[in-house]
Amino acid sequence: MMVDRLLRVLTLADYNTRVVMFGTVMLGVTGGVVGVFLLLRRRALLADAVSHAALPGVATAFMLVMAFGGDPRSLPLLLLGALVSGLLGMVCVLMISRYTRLSQDAALGIVLSVFFGFGIVLLGIIQRMRGAPAAGLNHFIYGRTASMIRSDALLIGVAAIVVLVITVLLFKEFRLFTFDPGFASGDGWPVHRLDALLMTLVVSVTVIGLQAVGIILVIAILVLPPATARFWTDRLAPMVVLSGVLGAIGAYAGTALSASMPRMPAGAAIVVSHGSLFVLSMLFGRVRGVLHELSAQRRLSRRTLKQNLLRALYECEETGDIATPETQTLHLLRARGWSPRELRMAIRLLRREKSIYQSTDGRWLFSEAGRVRAARVTRNHRLWEVYLLEHADTAPAHVDQGADYIEHVLGDELISELERAIPRFGKVVPASVHVIDSAGRPT
Amino acid sequence: MIWTMLDTWIVVAAVLAGATCALVGSFLVLKKVSMMGDAISHSVLPGIAVAFIVTGTRSGTAMFVGAAVVGVLTAVLVHAINYYSRLEEGASMGVVFTVLFAIGLILIEQAARHVDIHPEHVLFGAVELVPLHLVQVFGFAVPRGVLMLLVVFAIDLSVIALFFKELRLATFDPELATTLGIHATYIHYMLMVLVALTTVAAFEVVGSILVIAMLIVPGATAWLLTRRLLPFLVVSVGVAVAAAVLGHIAAITVPPLFGYVDTSTAGSMATVLGCIFFVAMFCAPEQGIIARGFDVVRLRLSIGTQDVLGLLARAAERPGTDAGRLSASDLRTLRRSPFAARRVKLAAILGLLRMKGLIALRNGSYEMTVRGKEQGRQILRSHRLWERYFYDDGNVDMSELHPAADVLEHYTSARLGDDLSERFAGEYSDPQGRPIPDKE
Repeated sequence: MMVDRLLRVLTLADYNTRVVMFGTVMLGVTGGVVGVFLLLRRRALLADAVSHAALPGVATAFMLVMAFGGDPRSLPLLLLGALVSGLLGMVCVLMISRYTRLSQDAALGIVLSVFFGFGIVLLGIIQRMRGAPAAGLNHFIYGRTASMIRSDALLIGVAAIVVLVITVLLFKEFRLFTFDPGFASGDGWPVHRLDALLMTLVVSVTVIGLQAVGIILVIAILVLPPATARFWTDRLAPMVVLSGVLGAIGAYAGTALSASMPRMPAGAAIVVSHGSLFVLSMLFGRVRGVLHELSAQRRLSRRTLKQNLLRALYECEETGDIATPETQTLHLLRARGWSPRELRMAIRLLRREKSIYQSTDGRWLFSEAGRVRAARVTRNHRLWEVYLLEHADTAPAHVDQGADYIEHVLGDELISELERAIPRFGKVVPASVHVIDSAGRPT
Repeated sequence: MIWTMLDTWIVVAAVLAGATCALVGSFLVLKKVSMMGDAISHSVLPGIAVAFIVTGTRSGTAMFVGAAVVGVLTAVLVHAINYYSRLEEGASMGVVFTVLFAIGLILIEQAARHVDIHPEHVLFGAVELVPLHLVQVFGFAVPRGVLMLLVVFAIDLSVIALFFKELRLATFDPELATTLGIHATYIHYMLMVLVALTTVAAFEVVGSILVIAMLIVPGATAWLLTRRLLPFLVVSVGVAVAAAVLGHIAAITVPPLFGYVDTSTAGSMATVLGCIFFVAMFCAPEQGIIARGFDVVRLRLSIGTQDVLGLLARAAERPGTDAGRLSASDLRTLRRSPFAARRVKLAAILGLLRMKGLIALRNGSYEMTVRGKEQGRQILRSHRLWERYFYDDGNVDMSELHPAADVLEHYTSARLGDDLSERFAGEYSDPQGRPIPDKE
C-alpha cells in the first residue's frame, strides 16, 4: 500500500502533489545555486542566523494581520514579516561583529538565539490567544508541505525563479568577487553592492524555504547541496550546476518520502535525503572523497615503498655485499630500517610487477626491466643529492634525507631540468656522494 | 502578578539551567567556537530520541549517555568533513547538525505515538511543566528536572575546577598547552561532552534551541565587561541568573500589560539575555560603543587643541605685525589637518582652549597665554625633533618630513622627547634650519 502511494507521488499522479513538488523542487534548485556562493563567501552559518531571526517577523505579521481583521494564514504577508526580521537579524550580526571584539560566530549565536527566543515569546502569546489559528505557525518551525496550496507554491516558484535568474545573470560578477574580493574591488567592481545583493538573495531563499523546510532546517538547502557538489568538482560552473541538480533531487526525494509516509515531516525528510547524497558523495566523490583520498595515499605509499626497495637493492649490488640470501636480507632490513613485514610487502609488490625474481639460491635479483627502473630511481636520488650539494648549499650529511623525501614525486620535467643543471653525468647513474657502508647506509 | 510555589520552582530550574549553561558556554565563547554549541545542541536530538525509544521513559542516565555520544560524534564529524571537503568550518557544522537534527525529528515524530514525548517540548522547553514531575530526595519533593540540573551543574563545576589550569591554557594558547604536555584536543572533546550533557539537562527547561542563548549570550556579555578568566566566569553566570529571574517575571507580567495572557518563560529568558547583551554592548565601561565613541572624541579634541597651539607657536616666531596670531592661511591648514579640525568643529577646539586658559581673545584675534605658550613650545619641540630624526636617521625625503612629524608629535612623551634630543648632541635646529625649542 505504501509502495502504491510512493509510486503515485513519484509519478506526480495527483494535482496536489504536482503543486507541492513544483514548489519544493524550485526551492531546492535555487538553494543549491545560491548556496555555492554563500559557501565560497565562508558565511554558511549566516543563513542559519537569518532563518532563526525570521520567527519574530512571522509572529509579528501574524498578530498585525489579526489585529486588522485579515486572514493571518496568508503566506505572502507572513513571508514579508520574515523577510524584514531576517534582514534585521543579519544587520545585527554584522553590527555586533563590527562594533565589538566578539568573533563572528558569537555574533551569529547571539542573534540566532535571542531573535528565536523573542519569536517564541510572541508565539506563546499567540497560542494563548482565543480564536487564533495558531497551529499554522508551528509549521514554520518544522516545515510542512501538506498545507501548501496552489498560490503558495506559485509564490515560492516565482520567487525562486527570480532569484535564480539574477544569480545566472550575475554569475561572472559573483564568481570574481567570491574568489578575490580584493582584486574585484581594485578592478572597479561595486563589491559592497554585490555582497549586499548576494546576501539579499540568501535571505530570500531562506524566507521562501521557511514553509517547506522550516526555520531550523532551512539552512540545509543552502549548505548541503554545494557541500555535496564539492566532492565531485573543483570548478565553479560545474559545481553550480551540480549543486542545483542535487538540490532538486534531494527536494524531490524528500517531498515524495514525506507525502507517502505517515508522520514524516517534510523538512526533515528533505534534509535527510540531502544528507544521504552528501554521505555518498563524501565516501565516493571523485575529487576529495574519502575513498579517493585513501586510495591516493595508498598508491603513493606503495610507490614509495617499491622505489625504496629498488634503490636499496641497486646500492646493495654496487657494494657487492650480497653473497647469501641471509646477508642480503640483513642488508636490506638495515638499509631502510624496515620491519620484516614491510620488507616482505615491498618484495611482493616488486615481484608482482616482475622487477625482481628469486634466484635458485634464494637471493633476490633484478630482471632486465627491474634493473632499468632501479637505475632510474637511484639516478634521480643522486641527481637531487648533487643538486642540493652544489646549488642549495646543503650539508652533505643532510642531502640523503632531503633527496629521500622528494625523489618519489620528481616529475619528468623536473628531472630534465636537473639534468640541465648538472650536465656532467649524461645518462649514467652518478656515483653516490656518500660512501655507502657495508650496511647499505650512507655515511 | 500571582506568585505561587510553581513559580518558585520554575525560577529555580531556570536559574540552574542558566548558570550551568553560562559556566560551560563561557569557554565556547573564549575559544571562539560558539557555533559548536549551536551544532551540538541541535544534534543531541537523535541521541535523546534514541534514548527515549530504547528505554521508553525519560530516564536520565540513558539520555545523558546518548547525548554525550552524539556530542563527541558531532565534534568528530565536523572535523572529518572539514578535513576532507576543505570547506569552512561553519559549512561542516551546518551539514552535521541539520542532518542529525532532521534524523532526530523524524525519530521523535515516529516515536511520539508510543512514548510520551512532544517535539515542541524538546525544541522550546516546557519549564512550566517542570514542577509537575516530583521525586523524593531525602524526604523533600523536588522536581525531577531541577534534580537533573543540580547534578549536571555539580559535574560541570567539578570538572572545570579540577581541570581549570588545563582548560585555561588550552583555551587561550592551545600550542603552548600542547608543548607543556596538555593534550589540547582531549580538553576540547571534554568540553564538547560537557556542552552535550548541559544541553540535555537544560533542554527540558529552555529547549534545545534556546539553550544556545544560555550558552553563548552570558559569555559574550562577560567578554564585553572583563578580560580576566575568573571574573569572566562570575559575570557570565551572574548574567544568566539575572536573566532567568527577570525572564520569568517578564513572562508573567509583561503580556498582561497589553491585554494578553502570559507567555513562554524560556523565550522570555532569551529575550532578557538579548536585552542585557544589548545594553552591555553600548554601555560597557571600556569596550562599550558609547565609551569608545567618547574616547575617539576626546582624542580628536586633544589632537585638535595641540594642532592649534602648534600653529600659534609657529605664528609667534613670525616677524611682523600679525606675529602670534592665527592668519587666514593658518586656519586653512587647520581645516586640512589629518585628524582633528576637519572632524571636530574648530569653534569647539578654540572654546576648549579658552576654557583651559591656554589662549585668550585680544583685539579680535587669539593669542596664547603664558601656559599656552609653554604647551605650544612643547608641541613645536617634538615636531621638529621628529623632523630632525627622520631626516638624519630615517633618510626621509624633505617633502615628507612634515606630514610624518605632524602625526607623531601628538604621541610623544617627555621621555621620548629627551631620547630624541640626546641623539643630536648640540644640533638644535630642524632640517629647515629653524630652532628646536628647549625643554624648559
